[in-house]
Amino acid sequence: MASISVPGAIAGQPARSKANYLNASSGFLSWAFTLDHKRIGVMYLVGIFTAFLLGGLFALLVRTELLTPGPTITTHDWYNRFFTLHGAIMVFIVIIPGIPAALGNFALPIMIGAKDVAFPRLNLASFYMWVIGTLFAISTLAFGAVDTGWTFYTPYSTKYAFNGMIPVVAGAFILGFSSIFTGLNFIVTIHKLRAPGMGWFGLPLFLWSLYATALVQILATPVLGITLLLLLVERTLGVGFFNPELGGDPVLFQHFFWFYSHPAVYIMILPAMGVMSELISVFSHKHIFGYKFIAFSSVAIALLGFLVWGHHMFVSGQSNLVGMIFSAITFTIAVPSAIKVFNWLATMYKGSISLNSPMLYALSFMWIFGIGGLTGLFLGTMATDVHLHDTYFVVAHFHYVMAGTIFVLFGGIHYWWPKMTGKMFNEPLARLSCLLLFVGFNVTFFTQFMMGSHGMPRRYYNYPAQFQMYHQISSAGSYIMGLGVILMVGYLLHSLARGRKAPDNPWGGATFEWRTSSPPPVENFHEQPVVDDLYDYEKLFWDEQAGGYVRREVPDGAARPAH
Amino acid sequence: MMTSLAFLLIHLAQAAATTTAPAVTDLSTNLPIDNQGTVWMPSQASTTAHQIDALFHFILYLCVFFFVLIIGCMFYFMGVYRRRHPEQRALSNATHNTPLELAWSILPGFLLVIMFWWGFTVFLDVRTSPADGYAINVNAQQWSWSFGYPNGHEDNNLHVPVNTNILLTMNSADVLHSFYVPSFRVKMDVVPGRYTKTWFNANKTGEYMLLCAEYCGKQHSDMNAKVIVHPKEDFPVWLANADPLSRLTEEQLAEFKSNPDKFIKGHPELQGLEPPASLGRKLWDRKGCKTCHSLDGATNTGPTFKGVWGIQQPLRDGSSILVDENFVRDSILNPNKNVAKGYDAVMPTYQGRVKDREIDMIIAMLKSLSEKETKK
Ligand code: HEM
Ligand SMILES: [Cu+2]
Repeated sequence: MASISVPGAIAGQPARSKANYLNASSGFLSWAFTLDHKRIGVMYLVGIFTAFLLGGLFALLVRTELLTPGPTITTHDWYNRFFTLHGAIMVFIVIIPGIPAALGNFALPIMIGAKDVAFPRLNLASFYMWVIGTLFAISTLAFGAVDTGWTFYTPYSTKYAFNGMIPVVAGAFILGFSSIFTGLNFIVTIHKLRAPGMGWFGLPLFLWSLYATALVQILATPVLGITLLLLLVERTLGVGFFNPELGGDPVLFQHFFWFYSHPAVYIMILPAMGVMSELISVFSHKHIFGYKFIAFSSVAIALLGFLVWGHHMFVSGQSNLVGMIFSAITFTIAVPSAIKVFNWLATMYKGSISLNSPMLYALSFMWIFGIGGLTGLFLGTMATDVHLHDTYFVVAHFHYVMAGTIFVLFGGIHYWWPKMTGKMFNEPLARLSCLLLFVGFNVTFFTQFMMGSHGMPRRYYNYPAQFQMYHQISSAGSYIMGLGVILMVGYLLHSLARGRKAPDNPWGGATFEWRTSSPPPVENFHEQPVVDDLYDYEKLFWDEQAGGYVRREVPDGAARPAH
Repeated sequence: MMTSLAFLLIHLAQAAATTTAPAVTDLSTNLPIDNQGTVWMPSQASTTAHQIDALFHFILYLCVFFFVLIIGCMFYFMGVYRRRHPEQRALSNATHNTPLELAWSILPGFLLVIMFWWGFTVFLDVRTSPADGYAINVNAQQWSWSFGYPNGHEDNNLHVPVNTNILLTMNSADVLHSFYVPSFRVKMDVVPGRYTKTWFNANKTGEYMLLCAEYCGKQHSDMNAKVIVHPKEDFPVWLANADPLSRLTEEQLAEFKSNPDKFIKGHPELQGLEPPASLGRKLWDRKGCKTCHSLDGATNTGPTFKGVWGIQQPLRDGSSILVDENFVRDSILNPNKNVAKGYDAVMPTYQGRVKDREIDMIIAMLKSLSEKETKK
């Protein structure tokens, strides 16, 4: 196999001023009032990661309590608060904003060749909404903590649960605004600020997915807001919407709640699918396969996602006809999801696959989302859902899906880390941590499928002893995951202090962010990048001296190196 | 970890052998242990369970097939197309292949249609109640179940005859609950303010666990019961003896109340009849009083029953009231009229759910709890 020699003249990085978005200004206020999308993205990332650690801590408490069938480390009341806080933090504070607000904020404007998002002030406002909403939600710990589960089902939530309900619900309401602001900003930015010459089908697929996500955020989140308001009104003023004693209907709440929360599941997964398309293509060093199918499947998922909420309610007492319609539409969503998986595989086929840590996370996602998606079939099928609903089978299913998102979030963090921080992390440790997370995750949650299908209900503090074996294996897995996360925090922080300086393009990506310095300057580019095929890797060559890839124009018709 | 794996292996071996061991009770929850399940499913004890299991396994094999296909390709590609040198180029740069993409978008659709249709038809089978059967009322409340029989008996466990259609009409006194019997593959939410219905036909005698599957607050995980499937001929015998109190005529009742011991001795045919205080204690257990009121002085959601009889109970509005027959009756039928100081108005009404004679038994129990106190 021949490889071409690298002419020294083009090697290394062009001489540029040392200023970048991180060191252009300093001091607390320069961050707190920044309008730079990159800094806002970084602040989101730090915030979301911290919230993830907190949510993870609650998960470990839950899992530790479940080591024995009776009381282990805590009481009924605290157990219920732990799983509620765990669920609410992970859903509302971590995954829903996760990829769009942290990675999207950082990457989106650069990927379209823009200087910033369309509304930088709104962007900062959305971050502060996130902070305030989070503080509200977590402040409930001080007010006796909610124990309703993150679903806030009525009439328990309006009549019986602790008063900590009010701050949590207010928090979720405020977080909803943060989400709407981000969505609005992204839609306008993608419409208006694309580099000259960049058409819709020239967008990176990550941005198609962010666009589809933003549509859902804008259309569905207000329904959550209204629902939560009604909940507060019922709780504080005693007006009956959902409580039958006051003339309300508890099942109505479930409709409202899932009308938002099912689309919200796609708010969680779509951005992950977008990052996947980037990772798979870049690390296969091969053009993405089936661009249009992938792009349109994102939009299809977003739209169909609005029509399936009733599959959470097959045993709630809704009519058979309604159940049937929801079941049927649920199955149609499997198609666009499957399309993406097949296209990623086809992208790998005959590629040149490097197994760097971001790619390991992407491949883990294939496995994890594969299981998460396929087990959805059992739940969309009405007859089997009757048995599996509200058991650990469902807990396992949604963890396989949502943790899929978390794996891609981690993949994305590793992928853009050199760009964000200008530093390389320790790659062998990164691979080890990915392995720990992957193994730990499967040990934790695969067992939950088995105990769920045997009838172990969710949200149980005490449980029949026959399930103990499964619970213990599951808890053991969660500790392995804990180790993986601690390791990751360790080497990422270490890289900030001691990491090797990152080249402009360490992985060989062709999208715009890899054509500027690491970290980028405040205005993102030293010179406006020229729009071409963002999945064409033919012009990228490894440069030993820079420790990364450099672009070199290949004259049309020039001979490619032999393979 | 290793022991857990060992357990798993033993469990799988047991499952494969499908033993028919007698029902064993789990001491921590007092529920029967199900040791006749398979790797994926609990034991089958209803006429519809096998339909659901067949569908489950169909989907399972389909999933295994697709998963192995996808992950197999993934590992294969990872191996063969592994980048061994930073200048190694992709072997192909195909950007799309429309016929192929259409094929893999459309073909799996047929499998989805099969799954959907199969699932829907079986769902109709398990959901549509048969025209006739034995009707039982289900009353759910935080955190106990109560099953009402045609003769007026109420029980905390669900007793049914084998091979009979059982029609359940369910209602909740407070929040959402869900009636779930894994071995029957039956689950249906119980909703306050409306009746929901479900049915099953148990085809194996024995004991099964019944669980609450919808989160309902603090002791959600303790809201369980047994389903006891009796041989057909044993069931009427059980039912006849289950509630001797309701079978007394008014005259007999008066006689029983005035001198319980003598009456019980004189009527051996009334199996299960016990002195009023101990019947009251059983009602405390069955009707769900026990979830909020202790008998030993412990504070709970509601005041304890120990030593309250005859005292002046302080109320929330600052006044106080004598705990006597009238107050107790009122507290059961109209609980939020006089709320004890330091407690919330959360008790559901028992109107229509306890009979007068049962209230008398509860009063007898309350008295007995205070007499013991004063004797000390
Ligand atoms: C360290 C990893 C994790 C562990 C060990 C873990 C464990 C658990 C456990 C034991 C439950 C309680 C199940 C129940 O009784 O209902 C639970 C619930 C839940 N988890 Fe996780 N989890 C983890 C990560 C995540 C992540 C990353 C997410 C989403 C981003 C997530 C979202 C949820 C949700 C939404 C619930 C339902 C909460 C509820 O029932 O109210 N979890 N988790
Ligand atoms: Cu319940």
